[in-house]
Amino acid sequence: MSEVVLRGFGWRHAGRRAWAVRDVDLHIAHGERVLLLGPSGAGKSTLLAALAGLLAEDSGEAAGTIEIDGSDPRARDHRDPGQGAGIVFQDPQTQLVMARSGDDVAFGLENRGVPAAQIWPRVSDALDRVGFPYPITRSTAALSGGEAQRLALAGVLALRPGLLLLDEPTANLDPAGAALIRESLSALREQTTILVEHRVAEALPLVDRVVVLEPGGGVRADGAPELVFAAYGDRLADEGVWVPGFTIPPLKSARTPGPGLIRAEQVAVEQRLAPVSLGVGAGEVLAVTGPNGAGKSTLALVLGGLLAPTAGRVCGFGDDRPPHRWRAATLTGRIGSVFQNPEHQFVTARVADELAVGPRRLGKPAAEVERIVADLLERLRLAHLAAANPYTLSGGEARRLSVATALATAPRLLVLDEPTFGQDRRTWIELVTLLATLRDDGHGILAVTHDDDFVQALADRTHALGTARLRDPLPHRRPGGRP
Amino acid sequence: MTLALEPIADPSAPLARRNPVAKLAAALVFSLPLIATLDPVTPAIALAIELAAIPFFGVRYATLLRRAWPLLIGAFGLLITMVLFAADRSGTLLLELGPFDVTTSVLTAALGLILRLFAVAVPGVLVFATTDPTDLADALVQNAKAPARFAIGALAAFRLLPLLGAEWQMLTLARRARGIDAGRNPITALRLFVSTAFALLVGALRRGGRLAVAMDARGFDSAQPRTYARKQVFRPADTALVVGAAALSTLTLAFTVALGLFRPII
Repeated sequence: MSEVVLRGFGWRHAGRRAWAVRDVDLHIAHGERVLLLGPSGAGKSTLLAALAGLLAEDSGEAAGTIEIDGSDPRARDHRDPGQGAGIVFQDPQTQLVMARSGDDVAFGLENRGVPAAQIWPRVSDALDRVGFPYPITRSTAALSGGEAQRLALAGVLALRPGLLLLDEPTANLDPAGAALIRESLSALREQTTILVEHRVAEALPLVDRVVVLEPGGGVRADGAPELVFAAYGDRLADEGVWVPGFTIPPLKSARTPGPGLIRAEQVAVEQRLAPVSLGVGAGEVLAVTGPNGAGKSTLALVLGGLLAPTAGRVCGFGDDRPPHRWRAATLTGRIGSVFQNPEHQFVTARVADELAVGPRRLGKPAAEVERIVADLLERLRLAHLAAANPYTLSGGEARRLSVATALATAPRLLVLDEPTFGQDRRTWIELVTLLATLRDDGHGILAVTHDDDFVQALADRTHALGTARLRDPLPHRRPGGRP
Repeated sequence: MTLALEPIADPSAPLARRNPVAKLAAALVFSLPLIATLDPVTPAIALAIELAAIPFFGVRYATLLRRAWPLLIGAFGLLITMVLFAADRSGTLLLELGPFDVTTSVLTAALGLILRLFAVAVPGVLVFATTDPTDLADALVQNAKAPARFAIGALAAFRLLPLLGAEWQMLTLARRARGIDAGRNPITALRLFVSTAFALLVGALRRGGRLAVAMDARGFDSAQPRTYARKQVFRPADTALVVGAAALSTLTLAFTVALGLFRPII
């Protein structure tokens, strides 16, 4: 276990005027488990990167000191067992290196020069500790998100770090995958742990101390979770942190839904979606739920007119042809699709241009395009970013922009795939409020989602897709168990 | 994409079991000298030797054909090219295709090229069909002293390749959702292709960057010497494979030189 001491620590990335993190004084004792909070942009990830020794000296400017067990993380001798920090990031896809699971855990041990005879015992020990249920030859490509993240955690634990850093380890996972990771983490007791996580309620059982970073610099609050949330809960909730106990009142439709906009009859896509029938009317929100692999995203693509079903038919908007046969310009005037990853939908280099694409394709005159763009920038709080490159936006900003681009062509039907996925509380409330307004204005909304809060707050109807086709009949093992 | 490169051989076959570096070296020393000659007999002999060796690699001919069928397209392309553009139109006239005289010399030259294509490509296909990419990277680092930064880095990047296919499909659908399609206009289609490819590249670079940081965090490419969890050994049998391949190649060339068929490329 490690002890962490920060004295007036700060870091400014090269070429930036503002400090990413500044004036942080912090002492974390051996074996403490800390939840690191703060509004987005407070420098949580930068602080973890510094502790992991990932901020190269030439990539920015440092202030103050940072010490793990009395030495700077960048200058540490990694051969010393039990030393150094291990870090787990958000996305399991970009943490796994090798094609076979066991090889991936061995990768870090090879890099640290662990003698070959010790590597395989340590690999199976680490896999046991996270509850990895498969043999070491299991292909990493065949793992679900939660399983892959468990493997990434095992790869870090195999190095026996004294300090375990977790940078939103469940943010890219569905609820089942996130539960797998929390189960693995709750079984670990040998490390000092620092966890960054937006979903506080789920993280609280894993920690015994909460530290809140102040965006301008310094530490705003530090102490036992109950005390910190009693004193700062309101403010943190306003800033976007999912503080437990701050629920949001539902925004259900007061009216009966209007005429049907689109209807799917027994549509299916081979290997991806079992036959399903449903319809969406004007002025209602339909939530489509279901486990991973049930074909929710595929259904969104089919109803969005982007993918041809292999069976059944979709019809709507009084058109004889199914949506996937419409020209793109026709489609975008009727149905707006919002993808799970906003960046997939960006086609220009400026936020304002991004909003102008759709209306221009519909042949609107320049003055009207300008008016639509200005109106949307204002409504979705993007005006200050009009000239920014869409790829440089934060997660919440990118999500708002992707919804705005779909609204720019004023479609009657909106199809959204996991619109609230990974969003902070503030963006979440904005999105839910916006969608409620659109619904009350007579839009039909279909949202594919894992988010129970979203369903509770907004859905007028829910359609649950069937259980996933089981790819693998192996049961999940509990962490710490022997095979 | 990985499917096309996964090993398909019976791993217990005597030559499939050989060290990946030995197999790669044998393929190179056997096939490269053959490029030195333009006659069709040398590559024909080489191809015969290669086909005879295939069972020792534990690969079935039908499996190899499924893996190597793009070569047939290449062969057909070569034939067309030679019929259209061959400079030497001597020999007996076999067929007149409008302005193009198909003569024996044209066909001989085409046959020589096609055989060379096969003789050089088959060993390469064979090596990758019988070798796991992880084993190849391990052996390159341990036996050929290739830098781990290069070999393991390439292996890690390779793992991300299949994601690109799925990403391309999402980008294409997302563009249609934004109201952008090319219809029948080839210039718009080209511009759309370029913009999609650019978005794919941006995404790939970001993912690559994140992967590099994660590898860094686990101590990759530090100054410290690595150890190897999977030991790759270069045995006498591996040396024998390389020496044997070199000997067969030399014999083939000696045979054609002796017969007076050798036509140096330069």
